[in-house]
Amino acid sequence: MESAFKIEGLNAFYGEKQALKAIDMEIPRKMVTAIIGPSGCGKSTFIRCLNRMNDLIPGFRVSGRVFYQGKDIYSKDVDVIEIRRRIGMVFQKPNPFPKSIYENVAYGLRIQGMRDRKRMDEIVEESLKKAALWEEVKDRLHTSALNLSGGQQQRLCIARALAVKPEVILFDEPCSALDPVATAKIEDLIDELKRDYTVVIVTHNMQQAARVSEFTGFFMLGELVEFDRTEKIFTNPSSKVTEDYITGRFG
Amino acid sequence: MRDLKERVFVALSLAATLAGILFLSILIIDVVMDGASRLSWDFLTSFPSRRPGKAGILSPLVGSAWIMILTALFSFPVGVGAGIYLEEYAGKNRFTWLIEVNIANLAGVPSIIYGLLGLGLFVRALALERSVLSGALTLTLLVLPIIIMSTREALRTVPFSIREASYALGATRWQTIIRQVLPAALPGILTGTILAMSRAVGETAPLITIGALTYIAFLPTWPITFTGSFPFVEFSLQGLFDPFTVLPIQIFNWVSRPQKGFYTNAAAAIIVLLIFTILLNSLAIYLRYRYQKRMRW
Repeated sequence: MESAFKIEGLNAFYGEKQALKAIDMEIPRKMVTAIIGPSGCGKSTFIRCLNRMNDLIPGFRVSGRVFYQGKDIYSKDVDVIEIRRRIGMVFQKPNPFPKSIYENVAYGLRIQGMRDRKRMDEIVEESLKKAALWEEVKDRLHTSALNLSGGQQQRLCIARALAVKPEVILFDEPCSALDPVATAKIEDLIDELKRDYTVVIVTHNMQQAARVSEFTGFFMLGELVEFDRTEKIFTNPSSKVTEDYITGRFG
Repeated sequence: MRDLKERVFVALSLAATLAGILFLSILIIDVVMDGASRLSWDFLTSFPSRRPGKAGILSPLVGSAWIMILTALFSFPVGVGAGIYLEEYAGKNRFTWLIEVNIANLAGVPSIIYGLLGLGLFVRALALERSVLSGALTLTLLVLPIIIMSTREALRTVPFSIREASYALGATRWQTIIRQVLPAALPGILTGTILAMSRAVGETAPLITIGALTYIAFLPTWPITFTGSFPFVEFSLQGLFDPFTVLPIQIFNWVSRPQKGFYTNAAAAIIVLLIFTILLNSLAIYLRYRYQKRMRW
């Protein structure tokens, strides 16, 4: 098993408050890794450390190492823009730009300076197809993305992330604002995506973690309690705390 | 008993609202009754004159337009630039705090103080004389705090999720601001700028202070003139340095004359100025309404 991320002794702080404590973890390549745990356990903070989205938060700092393909993404000579392009992210609440469907998907290409109209059309179509949205929107590519339903908007956000050809896609509770039908579609999609991408998904829904992931990490109070194959975590966890959590005794 | 309190409160609020509208209506009705008969094409296209019946507002009207357009051209880029810097780039430190407090205070400085500054700085120190340029620069100083504050306000309403989405796709800070944040904030910024302009167009004191004339029988030189010979068009910035007057000054001048005819002229000029302001404000409201519908999050 090849690993995409290798995390060593990662601590994270918001001002004085420590959000992550000495996390060690290896995230496998081209598989789905789920991060579960009760609210406030640091799972969102953790996933945002993987593409340095936390840099945007004033007062946030990390120590420790996050290696992506052998390179520490927090070392000084790393281009954070390049990191974020290679490690895409889909957020909790669908956040399309207030622009057309087409422009939403093309945005990542435009900021890289692409001008070739034909190539762009191709990538937009390809990305929308991969995100299983093409059939629903192909006749209205140039209408506002804000007129789509919540589930469609989230798939648009996935298409937008795919368009820049990332290697990893991070999902931060992607279904928490969606209904069960839309959720099922996103889950099917994640299942498809793992053939080509490394996927990390934060979820508060344990069934979802069990359904979509190969590996699961259980976080509590900023610590990684247990990390193992998903079947193992859900059938025979080594830690008593994990067992209590997945059997619904707390959280 | 509770019901009565409720009703009394509603009645008082209604009365407060109506009081404002009532006084405004009285003002408008009074002005229209006095001045409407004087409004005509001739009134708009004649220069001021010693004889009230022949006097018009051509030079103040054109002067106001010059001043407003130049003020917008100067204050928009500087104000929006400053707003972007303070909101998006400036660190949270003492220096930024000092600037912020200053800007907030500047917005409350009486306009005549700006006139004195304009007189000292533009008219005298920079020797721009009592020109259109001096007037526009003075008003630029006056409206800058308003534009800076409304720009910041507008930038702040752009949801963080939009910025996040942009950064997550590998956009730089500059790209995120130019391509996502600014377009989303633009309606708010434009609204603020237009309201600032409608304030500028009604300002009298600072322009009197810098010495705008009260009687002008010519127009600033047009920036573009068409000629009979090649290349058929000439550009000139001479207009910037010509003397000028504006509508509020002309009105002020006319109401201080003893003759009844000038009083009528003043009323007519007030109507024109009011229409000017109402048009600007409606434009601001229209923009806000139109973009609010388009930008839902």
